[in-house]
Amino acid sequence: MATILAVDDSTSMRQMLAFTLQHAGHEVHEAGDGQAALDLAKTTSMDLVISDVNMPVMDGITLVKSLRALAEFRFTPILLLTTEASPEKKMEGKTAGATGWIVKPFNPEQLLATVQRVLG
Amino acid sequence: MSLDVSQFVGVFLEESFEGLDIMEAGLIDFREDDPEAVNVIFRAAHSIKGGAGTFGFREVSDFTHGAETLLDQIRQGERRMNTETGDTLLAAVDCIRELLRASSEGGDLDTEKVVSTRTAIEQMLGKTPDGASAEAAATPVVNAGWQISFKPRPELMKTGNDPLRLLAELQRLGPAKASVDASRLPALGEMDPEACYLDWNVELSAPVAEAEVRGVFEWVEDECELSVTPLAPAADEAKKSAAATPPAGGPAGGNGDGKPPAAKNGATGESGKRPDGGSIRVAVEKVDSLVNLVGELVITQSMLTQMGNDPGDFDLLRLEQLREGLGQLERQTRELQEGVMGIRMLPISFIFSRFPRVVRDMAGALGKSVDLRMEGEDTELDKGLIEKLADPLTHLVRNAIDHGVESTEQRIAAGKPPAGQISLKAYHQGGNIVVEVADDGAGLDRAKLLAKAESQGMAVSDTMSDREVWSLIFAAGFSTATKVTDISGRGVGMDVVRRNIEAVNGRVEIESSYGEGTRIILRLPLTLAILDGMSVRVGDETYILPMTAILESIQPKTEQLSSIAGKGRVVHLRGDYLPLMALHEAFNIDARAQRAEDGIVIVVATSDGRAALLVDELVAQHQVVIKSLETNYRKVPGVSGATIMGDGKVALILDVDMLLRLRRMH
Repeated sequence: MATILAVDDSTSMRQMLAFTLQHAGHEVHEAGDGQAALDLAKTTSMDLVISDVNMPVMDGITLVKSLRALAEFRFTPILLLTTEASPEKKMEGKTAGATGWIVKPFNPEQLLATVQRVLG
Repeated sequence: MSLDVSQFVGVFLEESFEGLDIMEAGLIDFREDDPEAVNVIFRAAHSIKGGAGTFGFREVSDFTHGAETLLDQIRQGERRMNTETGDTLLAAVDCIRELLRASSEGGDLDTEKVVSTRTAIEQMLGKTPDGASAEAAATPVVNAGWQISFKPRPELMKTGNDPLRLLAELQRLGPAKASVDASRLPALGEMDPEACYLDWNVELSAPVAEAEVRGVFEWVEDECELSVTPLAPAADEAKKSAAATPPAGGPAGGNGDGKPPAAKNGATGESGKRPDGGSIRVAVEKVDSLVNLVGELVITQSMLTQMGNDPGDFDLLRLEQLREGLGQLERQTRELQEGVMGIRMLPISFIFSRFPRVVRDMAGALGKSVDLRMEGEDTELDKGLIEKLADPLTHLVRNAIDHGVESTEQRIAAGKPPAGQISLKAYHQGGNIVVEVADDGAGLDRAKLLAKAESQGMAVSDTMSDREVWSLIFAAGFSTATKVTDISGRGVGMDVVRRNIEAVNGRVEIESSYGEGTRIILRLPLTLAILDGMSVRVGDETYILPMTAILESIQPKTEQLSSIAGKGRVVHLRGDYLPLMALHEAFNIDARAQRAEDGIVIVVATSDGRAALLVDELVAQHQVVIKSLETNYRKVPGVSGATIMGDGKVALILDVDMLLRLRRMH
């Protein structure tokens, strides 16, 4: 199964992501902000990155840009967790190089369906 | 498959309440010159909203949405933070907290406040409460099939998207036939292997909604040219309207109905309870040092075991080693005890942090101007104490603002700065934690207190010391306020404050000078589980007196002892007459010392002033573990608990305040 990096500053969201993805058989790495995620990405290759947008230290948009600058992550799918409130955020994310987004709130089934979409 | 994520609700609630505290503190201290400040507040709101939706707290997420939008506008510089916005956002924080609490624990909800706050936010956002209900807009256009033309831009793959994945997804909707158009393909030499040059035409013969088809391309809308046309010319009317509607409408829903959240607590929330005191966050260093200590303890233990294993050649040299080992054991036990107790210690900022808000709200409501100063927020005290201290302290602060600090006019007339000062202080003093609430207001009025007490039928006299007069306010139902204000006069009086503090072996003292202000001093034990005590002997019994109560002990001389009519036996000490209570009489046992002169008099501090206890002898000072008498036996007036001594005997821990109050009653 796939190796997935879950990035969110909210512990409950991160735990929920990890729990759901692990349940589907994926290997999950967790990070609490963009910088931590980037550090992790430099040492571990991922099949998919799922990241929150608003985070302390380094936000999701900057994370996407930084990941795309790494050779290893040029084509890796990156999904942003966004809220319906910010259509412009979605576009900002796309411009930065994100593959797509998952709209919050979502339930485990929706998450897995989206992940399935990306991983094929 | 249905995955149960309710196990994360507890964590979500915990971090949401933390987030709300962060929002509150940030809003109170808001400074426009600090751009990160609003970001922090916004992020907290954003996380709460996202999590609330995910974990089933629909009302919370709907409500938070408005506050988040407001914060986002401030963050983007589209809106300025002013008092009105600040107040509304603070009210929103309250509402979110209440909504979370109500939907997780049940209980009443101040629906009115939720509705009015919601309306206020919506008005600020320029929305009519009955805003556009876009919901009905797009009736899904269903067709027998769709002709899809998909022309990706060359850079499509650089965002991690893959045309083949999109085609595969289309195929999942139903039978699809795809043809590829490779006319854009450049010569091999000019080709960028990372770019996409192919266009596709897909015939999807499945009766699905147009939105569903477009949904497949949701993420790449801006990276391709896409047209979706019906295969058969059906439902023309609907098609036009659908084409006019941008597909970005996405999943219908949102909260267009503009209705306030229902007041019922049932809500959609999970039934997960907020772990009320169920867990403690402990700094990793604290845990590490405990692990270290346990390691050392194990080493000491094995050293002592080794020594005991071959008693054959036990000589004086070994005795020295044994002593050393025991000394080590003692030190480590003490450190371990302190370390373990430390786990339960939390900084008092847990309570203090609520006061800027309390002061702001209350001063605003009373039209007073009040500055709050806090010192010693890092002072740590037992978690149990923190919980017990919160209400009394809030009451004292409210009192100080309401009854202590005068109105601005009065203050100016009295030559004081127009803004009242309230200061909260916490510090260590001789094995106690001291918490002070001081104001620079009017101070207590001796004459008024005496008159009021007299009118209530209490025994008073003009010769009473200031301290005795001040403690009149602790009497149940005693209030000097000419009228009960809505704010502090909520039926919780100073008597309750004192009872709560004494219930945790603490003490309340008042210092006041008329016209200059009042200072209420709470003296609290460091922890609830262990007591620094002095063991005293009375006859064959041993009792424990809390060290916090003991001022000094003396061997009384005959001329110091006398009886005063109405006051009973007293000890004359440096000009003062202190009421004397013989413990053997109180507990009805035989004392060894038949005459008071043969015993020891311990001078103790109580909330009602100094007093003296007569015992046979002082034994030793120890730290004792407090066992509840109530759980193991029943409540005994004058006794706050019991402990087991080194020799296995049970000793009662005395509640000095209560004992002396009992004496006065008899």
